[in-house]
Amino acid sequence: MYKVVKNERLNDKIYHMVIMDEGKCKNFIPGQFVIVMSYIDSERVPLTIYDYDKELKQIHLIYQVVGASTLELSHITDNIFSMVGPIGNPSEICMSPDLYKDKKVLYIAGGVGIAPVYPQIKCLKENGFDIDLIYGVKSKDYIIIDEKIKSVCNNIFYTSDDGSIGLEGNVVDYLKKIYNNYNYIVCIGPVIMMKSVSEFTKKLGIKTIVSMNPIMVDGTGMCGACRCKVDGKTKFACIDGPEFDGALVDFDIALKRMNIYKDEEKELLNRALGE
Amino acid sequence: MNERVSMSVQDKLKRINNFDEVELGFSKEEAIKEASRCLNCKNPMCTKGCPVGIEIPKFIEAIKNDDINLAYEIIKKSSNLPSICGRVCPQESQCEGKCIRGLKGDAIAIGALERYVADQARINNINSVVKKEKNGKSVAIVGSGPAGLSCAGELVKEGFDVTIYEALHKAGGVLIYGIPEFRLPKEIVDSEVESLKNLGVKIECDIEVGTTITLDELRDKFDYVFIGTGAGLPKFMEIDGIDANGVFSANEILTRINLMGAYKKNSKTPIKRAKTAYVIGGGNVAMDAVRSLKRLGIDAHIMYRRSMDEMPARKREVEHAKEEGIIFDTLQNPKKIVTDSNNNVIGMEVVDMELSDIVDGRRSVIENNNFVHFIECDMVVMALGTSPNSKVFKDDLELDDKGLIIVDDTLTSIDGVYAGGDITTGSATVILAMEAGKRAAKKIIDLNN
Repeated sequence: MYKVVKNERLNDKIYHMVIMDEGKCKNFIPGQFVIVMSYIDSERVPLTIYDYDKELKQIHLIYQVVGASTLELSHITDNIFSMVGPIGNPSEICMSPDLYKDKKVLYIAGGVGIAPVYPQIKCLKENGFDIDLIYGVKSKDYIIIDEKIKSVCNNIFYTSDDGSIGLEGNVVDYLKKIYNNYNYIVCIGPVIMMKSVSEFTKKLGIKTIVSMNPIMVDGTGMCGACRCKVDGKTKFACIDGPEFDGALVDFDIALKRMNIYKDEEKELLNRALGE
Repeated sequence: MNERVSMSVQDKLKRINNFDEVELGFSKEEAIKEASRCLNCKNPMCTKGCPVGIEIPKFIEAIKNDDINLAYEIIKKSSNLPSICGRVCPQESQCEGKCIRGLKGDAIAIGALERYVADQARINNINSVVKKEKNGKSVAIVGSGPAGLSCAGELVKEGFDVTIYEALHKAGGVLIYGIPEFRLPKEIVDSEVESLKNLGVKIECDIEVGTTITLDELRDKFDYVFIGTGAGLPKFMEIDGIDANGVFSANEILTRINLMGAYKKNSKTPIKRAKTAYVIGGGNVAMDAVRSLKRLGIDAHIMYRRSMDEMPARKREVEHAKEEGIIFDTLQNPKKIVTDSNNNVIGMEVVDMELSDIVDGRRSVIENNNFVHFIECDMVVMALGTSPNSKVFKDDLELDDKGLIIVDDTLTSIDGVYAGGDITTGSATVILAMEAGKRAAKKIIDLNN
């Protein structure tokens, strides 16, 4: 059991959860994730780590309610049954920032993808980088952790679907204006967004790292549910990723694989909503 | 006297609708009757066939005398998990395979007798373990599968302070996520884990060693480390359509069903409700997967590229599968998985296979490309074995080119760090993993005597 200190709704369907972890995540390096279970009979849900407070031994998670399991999680007020992590490979650039000192780095975040992007930029700032960010949202009201992000970024370029903040359009529309200034991009957000960014930068030869978040069960390499096609080969997001070179990822397969349990998940959500 | 007493089993028509145990175990009368068939050989070959060297004729003798306490004590001297081994060991190629009775007639049902003793001991709360005083030494065990549990059992009895680290939320490894309820009820695994805890073994779930805690941290904290993480990574065929929606590893199907309870009515973890499933492979994992799918109401097939005679699964599992209506399509192999525009599986292109020469003791097969046909199905399950997942140790330990940890009789390239089970051998059996765990424990114990 892990004590939940906070499980706060940020907006619409996005929640910020803070868990006491007894120092378990002390080795966290940005890019890694956790798998949580609300109750003993719950599904295992992989979630990105948004922040870790070493002093208070608290882990911060940000998640979006998309199905029955995240809906269940959003109702938790006291404890969660299980949390394993941090697991997965750390982001290369956060693991060895010195190797990237000559890079002109741009981060691109879409929607709730801003959550895993924050600790990366924070880590790089601590290592002397000045990081620019393109942050795409549906509309102004969907912006989260804005103050935190502002405190670690050099420049933030907003885009919104409805033009309520920044450029009206998507992140690629903004990228088209500024790509010349950068030679290394980290892009985290919806698969369709990572696909568009990678397609655009591949042509230009700008290295682009993406973070995949496929369906996962154990998260330790055992089940293969999270397999992605990368450079024509089968890779497991849990132990080979979650970050991959965007130019090599088969996003079309990744998009389709998100629907494997579409019918079953719909049924589960209806059941959860009926209760 | 040449015919063995057979264990009663759950009716085949009933059992395909539930996940309850198929084999029902011996009654006292049946056990004594079967035990009476034992010739009590002076030079017992059965014991030689047992990887952990249980004194089989002695415990069988105790059953004859209806002395369960003694029988259990004899087994526990050599084996830490008898209720599990009695159920899942391939006895026909081990103890029972060597039984003299088997030369003319049926071998003694050693597995069923071992299971009988262990079950009686559990039901009657018989505990034979004598625990020594604490010796002040500590051991970290990585992985709570058969290797880890067995290693822990040996060490805790000798007074070591033992902590097991498990990445999943529940202890037991493959015994929990892999082997289905109908072959090994989880209640039995839980009870073995509980009895280790009662002896003082600490179990820390939700910790992946290598990421959450590093091997170095464990070495700082403990005097010794044993790694028994198993061979986890499922293999997938390299054919078109392998990424289709509806292609799963047997591990995923089994994990969803066994660990996450996806077969239960109100499960929160989904499982794909297919119409027709093909499980590719002929081993025990393939049998476990196909029989599980059958119980979900799916028309379930085995597709195996060799013939029935070469099938590596235990004979009894194959027989049970056949009784349950599993269809065996042998000498066939998928060439391509065919999908619709949404990436859903709609069938397979399958090629006929022909048996060829024996290579390395195993019949090889060749494709007969004149015979490629299409079969309709909406689920394909790969049960082709696993490869080691030693990535988390790659910077620390010497690995071979397959990624297996290199050991010199369980000792790794780092002093004080031992390893055993599938992570050093590749996919093998529960009992071999247990034996390796026990062997590593003995080495650690010897160092401290």
